[in-house]
Amino acid sequence: MNDRPSAVELLGAVKGFLEREVMGRLEGPQRYHARVAAHVLAVVAREIETEESQLDAEWERLGVLLAEQADPPSSRAALRDGVRDRTQRLSARIRAGQADAGPWRSAVLEHLRATVADKLDVARPPRG
Amino acid sequence: MRAEGSGTGPAGEARELAGRLRVFLASEIGVPEAALRVSELRRLAGGASRELWSLDLEIAQEGRTRRLELVLRRDPPGRVGESDRSHEFALLRAAASAGVPVPRVYWCSTDPAILGSPFFLMDRVAGETLPRRLLRDAEYATTRSRLTGELGAILSHIHAIDLDRPELAEWVASTGGASTARAEVERIAEGVRQLAVEPHPVLDLAERWLLERAPEPSGRALVHGDYRVGNLIFDTEGIRAVLDWELAHVGDPIEDLGWLCVRAWRFGNDALAVGGVGSREELIEAYQDAGGRPVDPAALRFWEACGNFKLALVFISQARVFLDGLPSVELASLGRRTAEAEQELLELMDAEGSRT
Repeated sequence: MNDRPSAVELLGAVKGFLEREVMGRLEGPQRYHARVAAHVLAVVAREIETEESQLDAEWERLGVLLAEQADPPSSRAALRDGVRDRTQRLSARIRAGQADAGPWRSAVLEHLRATVADKLDVARPPRG
Repeated sequence: MRAEGSGTGPAGEARELAGRLRVFLASEIGVPEAALRVSELRRLAGGASRELWSLDLEIAQEGRTRRLELVLRRDPPGRVGESDRSHEFALLRAAASAGVPVPRVYWCSTDPAILGSPFFLMDRVAGETLPRRLLRDAEYATTRSRLTGELGAILSHIHAIDLDRPELAEWVASTGGASTARAEVERIAEGVRQLAVEPHPVLDLAERWLLERAPEPSGRALVHGDYRVGNLIFDTEGIRAVLDWELAHVGDPIEDLGWLCVRAWRFGNDALAVGGVGSREELIEAYQDAGGRPVDPAALRFWEACGNFKLALVFISQARVFLDGLPSVELASLGRRTAEAEQELLELMDAEGSRT
């Protein structure tokens, strides 16, 4: 176990440094890139905090859609791979036309809305 | 070819570029190098796929000095051949003759020996380019009130450009004929398959949905290909120039109208489809009043959805350039924006579903 500050706290420190001390000294494309860099650090911090619960939920939803019963992999990396594999099988069924109409299409759309909402929760795109 | 300068920093890079430009311009204009002065050369903030430099050029010729305020548009060094600056140069010439507001173009070269990658030089049009200023700042209130009308009218003039103009011959030949809605969906889908690292079920669903709704072409025209608020120069009176012609092609003119309505260009003013300032109906009216062909609202809805499909590919391909080794924090950040286009595609498919 690592000492405090946590990874998220450290990212916050670097983000604050970029915003308070670096951006004001730059101009043009470099200033813009510093702002993008600060945004990216915030994305990483949100991903660290939400990834586990998002992956668990996505794994469950995909299991229902694909009628696959299996316990979620125990490590985070294996869970990521598992969700990717299930999503690839979902993609294959969509490309085969199975989600063109009917109740399964509605279920697929509901799953995809939840998945995209999770991604946007992490990416939280800057406006304007 | 190097991806970056040789450790001399931005100032050194600008000095070297100014020197090379002088050699090129002296031969183009037919004057000795000593008759030319390149000053105020600096890099402008721009998109991820190109470089823009601002510079002043003084030409001493026949006892008088002519001063030009210019912009150099250059592909990033090392990206030779991915786009053709000479085509963009010809398109800007043709657009100017058709009464479309564009910067006047002067010189062009695709020879990588000169500046490291293809480039051209054009007038520096005075004005602002940042969409958030246009959408929010009080001084642009008049521009905002005119914007949808001007966007529609200018677009009708772009679509009226005669494809048989001699300066466009080489470009038209290079486009491989008019693209159709169906071909465009297939092209984008193929791009996603080639470039995406992760599976994208939303895009698989959108591909099938779009193919089923692909309209017959409404006509054959010069399509700008990236017509949106972020590619304009404007001032407090209105639009001064339409920029970024590198994605122009021959196709269905409704494509440009649909792309203009994509949510990403609304910058949060989601209720107004056209750049966050106007409605689809206002746009169609202005376009038709200025001479554009009649616009079928269903075709416009298709092309708007197809625009979001294309935007997803744009984000995926920009992220891929980073993943393949170009060290840019901006490109790195864009991969996560794919979800924005996916969300909009889900909404558009939903809206259509509830109508039928």
